[in-house]
Amino acid sequence: MCDCGKSDLTLLDGVLAEYASVRGSLITILQKAQEIYGYLPTDVLYRVAEATGSTPAKVMGVATFYTQFRLTPVGKHLIMLCKGTACHVNGADAVEKAICEELKIKDGETSDDGLFSLKTVACLGCCSLSPVMMIDEDTYGSLTPAKAVEIIRTIKGGDAA
Amino acid sequence: MKIVIGEGSCGIAAGAQKVYDALAPLLNGTDINLGITGCIGMCFLEPIVDLYDKGLLLKRLVKVTPEQAGVIAEAVKANDLTALKALEITDEDKGFLDKQTRIALRHCGVIDPEDLDDYLAADGYKALEKVLTAMTPEDVIEEIKTSGLAGRGGAGFPTWFKWNAARNAAGDEKYLICNADEGDPGAFMDRAVIESDPHQLIEGMLIAAYAIGAKEAFVYVRAEYPLAIVRLEKAIKDATAKGYLGNNILGTDFSCRLRIKAGAGAFVCGEETALIESLEGSRGMPRLKPPFPAEKGYENKPSNINNVETFANVSWIILNGGQAFAAMGTETSKGTKVFALTGKIKRGGLVEIPMGLTLRDVIFDIGGGIRGGKRFKAVQLGGPSGGCIPEALLDTVIDYKALSATGAIMGSGGMVVMDETTCMVNMARFFLDFTTKESCGKCVHCRIGTKRMFEILTRITEGEGRPGDIELLEELCEAIRSGALCGLGQTAPNPVLTTIKYFRDEYEAHINEKRCPAGECAALRTYVINKDACKGCTLCAKKCPVSAISGEVKQPHAIDAAKCIKCGQCKTVCRFGAVEVR
Repeated sequence: MCDCGKSDLTLLDGVLAEYASVRGSLITILQKAQEIYGYLPTDVLYRVAEATGSTPAKVMGVATFYTQFRLTPVGKHLIMLCKGTACHVNGADAVEKAICEELKIKDGETSDDGLFSLKTVACLGCCSLSPVMMIDEDTYGSLTPAKAVEIIRTIKGGDAA
Repeated sequence: MKIVIGEGSCGIAAGAQKVYDALAPLLNGTDINLGITGCIGMCFLEPIVDLYDKGLLLKRLVKVTPEQAGVIAEAVKANDLTALKALEITDEDKGFLDKQTRIALRHCGVIDPEDLDDYLAADGYKALEKVLTAMTPEDVIEEIKTSGLAGRGGAGFPTWFKWNAARNAAGDEKYLICNADEGDPGAFMDRAVIESDPHQLIEGMLIAAYAIGAKEAFVYVRAEYPLAIVRLEKAIKDATAKGYLGNNILGTDFSCRLRIKAGAGAFVCGEETALIESLEGSRGMPRLKPPFPAEKGYENKPSNINNVETFANVSWIILNGGQAFAAMGTETSKGTKVFALTGKIKRGGLVEIPMGLTLRDVIFDIGGGIRGGKRFKAVQLGGPSGGCIPEALLDTVIDYKALSATGAIMGSGGMVVMDETTCMVNMARFFLDFTTKESCGKCVHCRIGTKRMFEILTRITEGEGRPGDIELLEELCEAIRSGALCGLGQTAPNPVLTTIKYFRDEYEAHINEKRCPAGECAALRTYVINKDACKGCTLCAKKCPVSAISGEVKQPHAIDAAKCIKCGQCKTVCRFGAVEVR
């Protein structure tokens, strides 16, 4: 269903003024839109389609093709857990299980308190520190299940303080 | 004296910025400079702090913590470094770098990636100057041909051939593209080059643009590499301001504009035609070849695409001559190759070595072998397109042909080492999970075939394998290999084929005996308590979530296999190593 009319589309004006007429900029526009809204609401996708002269289907097609784009809102903190080869070999599965149990969510979901979303990613490129996760802008390496849970609890505690 | 801190992504993740922030105020008002450099490549020792005097490396301090900033600052201020002895790198660890031959990485961890003057002082842009003032585009292509440089992204196609094809293609409007969409999980060579030496990439690209006749160039870089993007943006700005980029470069009539395009997360975009689709703002789905990008690429104009590491070799070749580059390596593979050495390795990091060394040289001599006293089992090369090479083939030389003969590939440089605790069936399953998710869906064989393979591998690892599964997998592999349009699909079977080829016994143990020899597959694990080692401390019984463990205090405990859910809690908490997996 369309959630049209919910988002403040004027926030997009600057981005569209800069890129809408530049050919091949659809991905860039969607990246900027996601920075603004935190995800890609349907009405924003329609607005981008209209402004770039693309069909909504094309815009939706691009938005669903790339893993970076989200069609639903995320929690306050986004946990990106690396499941690359080196992390796999060094125990990323156990770390994922611990995070899921701690937050009572699965990959792609957001915790009930809206604080954390979990997303597993292919590779963060910090393989020597594997297993690795990024929470927001910070990278945490050499994780164990216990260490990952402790980091999450510390962030939670910091938010509450 | 100058203090330099390694600030690549790995270094920062290990705490390098915190060390920097702790040191900076302590050096205020002194004549000691504090600076940064990129990735030194010794990721296992991060954060690394280097002390230089008059350009010479005096001391390399490793695994530095912010708490040690005081000691370092005092020692440097007093010009007495004896107190830093304990922090210094060991001679054994030094060997990691000393045994390498660095061309593509020659500035990494040496210069400040955010300072153009540092690059210029290291002969930066000298090759560009030479090319623009003393060489024709044909001369450049000839020099690259002499060097024998081949595409470092994995396929190993001769670089000069692609440049020549783009140069000779009809039309005035041509494009040069750098593939920095390093999507292979377990590889970070390109990230390190961009973060540590962005001008080197720009210079290599400008030389290529001059050779093929392009005035527009793009770097297509993964969005997961924010630091690389920031440093490259700064480098482009600085190079433009100094006349190394833009109109009439170095006062000649050669002009070239360079733009960054951030990818949005799709492994298939490492395939060149998919990358072009993505550059144009579409779904990154591969095109049918021919026409090749050299004829019809970006916007249907002649385009040339090379990988970051390929470009990073170009200025060295121009300055030192193609002959010098070709003097290194083997008959079929010239120069050096960068590997990202990771996994169960003692010394992991970036390794650049001349082609022709063996896998054993890299893993055992440079990497120090397996950590934790375990036994080497396999090394994975080439990521989801590559394969696992067993111990018996460790003396294979690093050469495009020799590696392909094993069933693996050279790949872009991911080298993930595995020990006896890694299950090879689960490894194959891991890669198929990846390709299933990353298949763009265009070709039926790839889209559905990888999914079926993933399902079969999943059931084998869960103890539901059936006789005939191995043969079924092999049949699917052949169908996908021959039925897919692009490299992703054509090579997706490699992890399965190589693990079947070299570790068939592990597949058979899973299927016939319902046993995982590596003890990794949870469903096939049996937890038992070794009666001789158990002290009867009751900790495991308390922690067991399903009360499957029983026993009196100070008496050996036992696990009821019927109740056990194989969560492994007992093994984790046992302080006596009494819980064993069979």
